[in-house]
Amino acid sequence: MEEIIAVEHLSKYFTIHNLGKHIEALHDINIAMKEGEFVGITGKSGSGKSTVFKCIYRTYVPQRGSIWYNSKKFGPVNLTKASERQVIYLRKHEIGYVSQFLNVMPRTTARELVKQGVLEMGRAEDYAEWEAEKMLAHFELDRELWDSYPATFSGGEKLRLNIARAMVKHPRLLLLDEPTASLDYTSKLRVRELIEQLIREGTTMMGIFHDLEFMENLCHREYTLRDGKLVDRAAVNLY
Amino acid sequence: MKDFEQPVLRVSHLNKQYGKGCASCRDAGGMVLNKNFCPVCATVYACRDITFEVYAGEILGVVGESGSGKSTLMQCLYFDQKVSGGEAYISSYKSGRENIFTESSQQKRYIRNRMMGKVYQNPVLGLKMDFSSIGNIAEKLIAAGNRNVREMEARGKELLEHVNIPVYRIKEAPRNFSGGMQQRVQIAKALSNNPPLLLLDEVTTGLDLSVQASVLDLIKQIQRRLKISVLIVSHDLGVIRMLADRTIVILDGRIVEQGLTDQILEDPQHGYTQQLVQSLLV
Repeated sequence: MEEIIAVEHLSKYFTIHNLGKHIEALHDINIAMKEGEFVGITGKSGSGKSTVFKCIYRTYVPQRGSIWYNSKKFGPVNLTKASERQVIYLRKHEIGYVSQFLNVMPRTTARELVKQGVLEMGRAEDYAEWEAEKMLAHFELDRELWDSYPATFSGGEKLRLNIARAMVKHPRLLLLDEPTASLDYTSKLRVRELIEQLIREGTTMMGIFHDLEFMENLCHREYTLRDGKLVDRAAVNLY
Repeated sequence: MKDFEQPVLRVSHLNKQYGKGCASCRDAGGMVLNKNFCPVCATVYACRDITFEVYAGEILGVVGESGSGKSTLMQCLYFDQKVSGGEAYISSYKSGRENIFTESSQQKRYIRNRMMGKVYQNPVLGLKMDFSSIGNIAEKLIAAGNRNVREMEARGKELLEHVNIPVYRIKEAPRNFSGGMQQRVQIAKALSNNPPLLLLDEVTTGLDLSVQASVLDLIKQIQRRLKISVLIVSHDLGVIRMLADRTIVILDGRIVEQGLTDQILEDPQHGYTQQLVQSLLV
């Protein structure tokens, strides 16, 4: 397998039992990415962009198709079928996810939150501390905030913390789910700079962005979703 | 490739029933049961064919409504109840080769005293309310074979400090303590023998929110520092969301769904789990 990730014929629907409803979310999605690529996913709200990510991250269970991920630890793994423990391992060590919302542990400081990411990879306490501080400084989070609870942070600060938490693990594959949503222009530029830097560092990334301007000259390729289906089936090469 | 790690605890086909069962409920495969109750012979099927694994350093959540069999499951694992059938293996006991349910009662005591710790919802079940707090811990240490008083005292002090019981109160009986403090003493006691497996049964139920928070933080902190495996039973999805990596959903004594906790919460498959998640307040 040459690709780092290959989504093949992925279909996902939701069955809501007490409403007797069946909601089609994704239909026959095919996406492939090589290592070091940055691929953008575009489409209107509700077109299924985040659903693709959540299937990759196994927050959602797809009904059909496979998601082959070339793991450093396990070799090629089908993420739709991998054991829960394998997925937990991959989340800890290889696949990062940045959403527009910050999911925080209550009563956990920013520093602890980032540090935890390193600790759960089995690193030593002082190394984790050092890495966390480096990351927080790198993403220019105000030093005064390091030992406060993120619940009180502004949108931009939360987002930077969110990215720092994902990046501190140096994931091989990073999923960015609308990381610029609800940010002001300056903060957006900051995120853009970060992404450019990650591209230079060779991180494989898949990103969902609402505003196309932001994507300009950033993504190597782009897929568009409409009503849970890929438009044109193949990615538009932006070069 | 799937077995890249070994489970600390492996439970397979655990059954627990109260009553003998009759021809109509045994053969029908649960079809005639009213939830988990046989209307013909009044047998209660508390746990039915429960199979799961707990891995090193993970927190596995067990959710379900009252009467679903969660606590019975915990009681079976801690030998408070005799199972009706099924097997369980602990990796640190005879290399995980012996079914602990069929061991002698002496061996069961050995396993319970050295390889497990349990915290009950009701502190009366887990603590001697009239003993001193440190005495409660010593009791578990003595059961685990410890005989050195000075050592036990030091260990007790260390543990109680760890769970934020002030040093000047460690000789006091848990009877005098608040609910949150009693729970913390129970946790200290359960941890005293450095067990690879900690069983927590509704430990925060009935505590007020801030006390609940301090107990939850303590559990998380303990699990991170000591890297022990935790099986936590709760009917509160908020607790499970905060603590558990993976979650099992039990209904009428059966596992109806299991998965990664975020998957259970965001994409529940079973009708009952969906109802449970929809009932969540936040």
